[in-house]
Amino acid sequence: MSKEALSKAMAELEEEQVIALVKELLGSGVAPLEIVKALQEGMVEVGNRFERGDYFLSELVMAGEIMKGAMDILEPHLAGESTEHKGTIVIGTVRGDIHDLGKNIVVMLLKGAGYKVVDLGVDVPKEKFVEAVKETGAPLVGMSVLLTSCQGALKETIEALRAEGLNPKVIIGGNYVNETVKKHVGADYFATTASDGLKAAAEVFGA
Amino acid sequence: MAEERQERMLALWAEGQNVQFANEEAERAYKERVIRLKDAIQLKKVPDRVPVCPVTGLFPAYYAGLTVRDAMYDYERAAAAWRKYVLDFQPDAYIGMFLAPPGRFFEILDYRLYKWPGRGTPPHTSYQCLESEYMKADEYDVLIQDPSDFWIRIYLPRIFGALKPWEKLAPFTEVLEIVMTCGSFIPFGFPEVQAAFKAVFEAGNEAVRWASIVRSVDQDLQGQGFPALFGGVTKAPFDIIGDTLRGTHGIMMDMYRRPEKLLKALDVLTPLAIRMGVSSARSAGHPLVFIPLHKGADGFLSDKQFRTFYWPSLKKVIMGLIEEGLVPFLFAEGGYNSRLEVISELPRGKTVWLFEHTDMARAKEVLGDVACLAGNVPITLLTLGTPQEIKDYCKHLINLVGKGGGFILSSGGVIDDINPENMRALIESAKEFGGY
Repeated sequence: MSKEALSKAMAELEEEQVIALVKELLGSGVAPLEIVKALQEGMVEVGNRFERGDYFLSELVMAGEIMKGAMDILEPHLAGESTEHKGTIVIGTVRGDIHDLGKNIVVMLLKGAGYKVVDLGVDVPKEKFVEAVKETGAPLVGMSVLLTSCQGALKETIEALRAEGLNPKVIIGGNYVNETVKKHVGADYFATTASDGLKAAAEVFGA
Repeated sequence: MAEERQERMLALWAEGQNVQFANEEAERAYKERVIRLKDAIQLKKVPDRVPVCPVTGLFPAYYAGLTVRDAMYDYERAAAAWRKYVLDFQPDAYIGMFLAPPGRFFEILDYRLYKWPGRGTPPHTSYQCLESEYMKADEYDVLIQDPSDFWIRIYLPRIFGALKPWEKLAPFTEVLEIVMTCGSFIPFGFPEVQAAFKAVFEAGNEAVRWASIVRSVDQDLQGQGFPALFGGVTKAPFDIIGDTLRGTHGIMMDMYRRPEKLLKALDVLTPLAIRMGVSSARSAGHPLVFIPLHKGADGFLSDKQFRTFYWPSLKKVIMGLIEEGLVPFLFAEGGYNSRLEVISELPRGKTVWLFEHTDMARAKEVLGDVACLAGNVPITLLTLGTPQEIKDYCKHLINLVGKGGGFILSSGGVIDDINPENMRALIESAKEFGGY
């Protein structure tokens, strides 16, 4: 059994097969990192299918669940091994808003695509964004929002970053955001789907 | 049969028999507005003009300068705000105060399902639902076996901190002809269970206090000529499980891991959803039943999943309500572009579909002969656009979808904090461009 088969099973959401293959590959001495990489390749394909309209939210949720199951098996073997990544992204749902479904999907796909993601959670005060960017030096910050009444929080958070002299690219994501909202709050990109987010990340990191 | 019942329910609504009209002019205006909506809904006659009914959430509170917290805790001020919104803007039908729920009621019961200003969100921000797995994946059988018992002894103790002791209650179906039946009442003697009931009484008092104010606002506004947009409310069975019990994440996994159980649970909940819609609309004497749709939008489910898990039970609810002469008002947030063909199997002139990101030209093409369409002035435009931009959008929309009737001008989503001038532009547009 090969890593290609694992990537394919991941992309096809064959849960039992993924788990069996992970165990098998581990047993036959394949490096855990290589297995993670194969899973990530499958996850990238999941993202591609979502973008093409072949997969839906339900498939993304299921993919995340399968990935989690696989990582539970792999993590004890990963201790000490440093994973390579394409770059760091800070992400969170802005102050006043507790919706996390969209954010979690993007986080999952970004991780799958090989980024290191610092997830600040929901209802995140602007100070926490500032602090996280200072700490990580992340070149890209994602701000998630669902409520139209939290538009002010987007704007304030971006202003707070700029006031500290921090200039990461900022992408806002949410069901209702568009070019107008992007301009209004001073963001660099906007995303209404997870794939838009991935595209922006690829642009920022040249990946 | 359904046809006659609908005529009768609509006539009852138009009569406004329980409404105390302020004067003849108000009575005439009320009837004119209801008839305008009736004509738009039934697709039999072209109304005198396109009706306009914005879906307001907390807009009346923001407009009156209240915080969301004020609106949820000071019922009288909220009532004044709702009156002011309707009288100032004169929509063809208004959405009542029920979208500003009573904060004290939540507090008394220690409500865990929501965060609200006063518990977890800032004073200016809307209350929000906290999705979680309030029902575990392995509890489907318990739900299917006895949904009411599941709600009373398992679900309610989880979402209301104050009702946790209800876990100790015995199933009520164990009270039957058997001599030792008092055993079922032993839990009512426990101090913690009695404390839970005290909280229930207190919450009941608060609900009555709030509802009486809501009712006085309704009586007032209807007496001055403005019908309410909705009589009853219910939900799609898939959303009942997805929003209320399992959460989005949970129900999405259930489609893969336990599809049979999910389908069975949807079956069991369907008649209960019909009952809820029928009883709420009947008690209001108003046939429109608000059904907010959540997890069936484009992108959430594949076409196959929609046709397997979402639509069959929703269609049964819709048909069950239509059978009783009611008019389901489907609030289809997000996009419904891939669902239009499925929807078109519904009977003509019996439903209203309010769309948000759906292509309205295609919706008119596919559903124009089937249902009254409503929507879809974007929330982003209403929030950030100018009054002129809104009027331009509305004019275009009316020309496109309003043709031949069967259209209600409205927002694509729930309106909270927008510039009042933009609300005015929305309402004026129907009056300026909507005449037939």
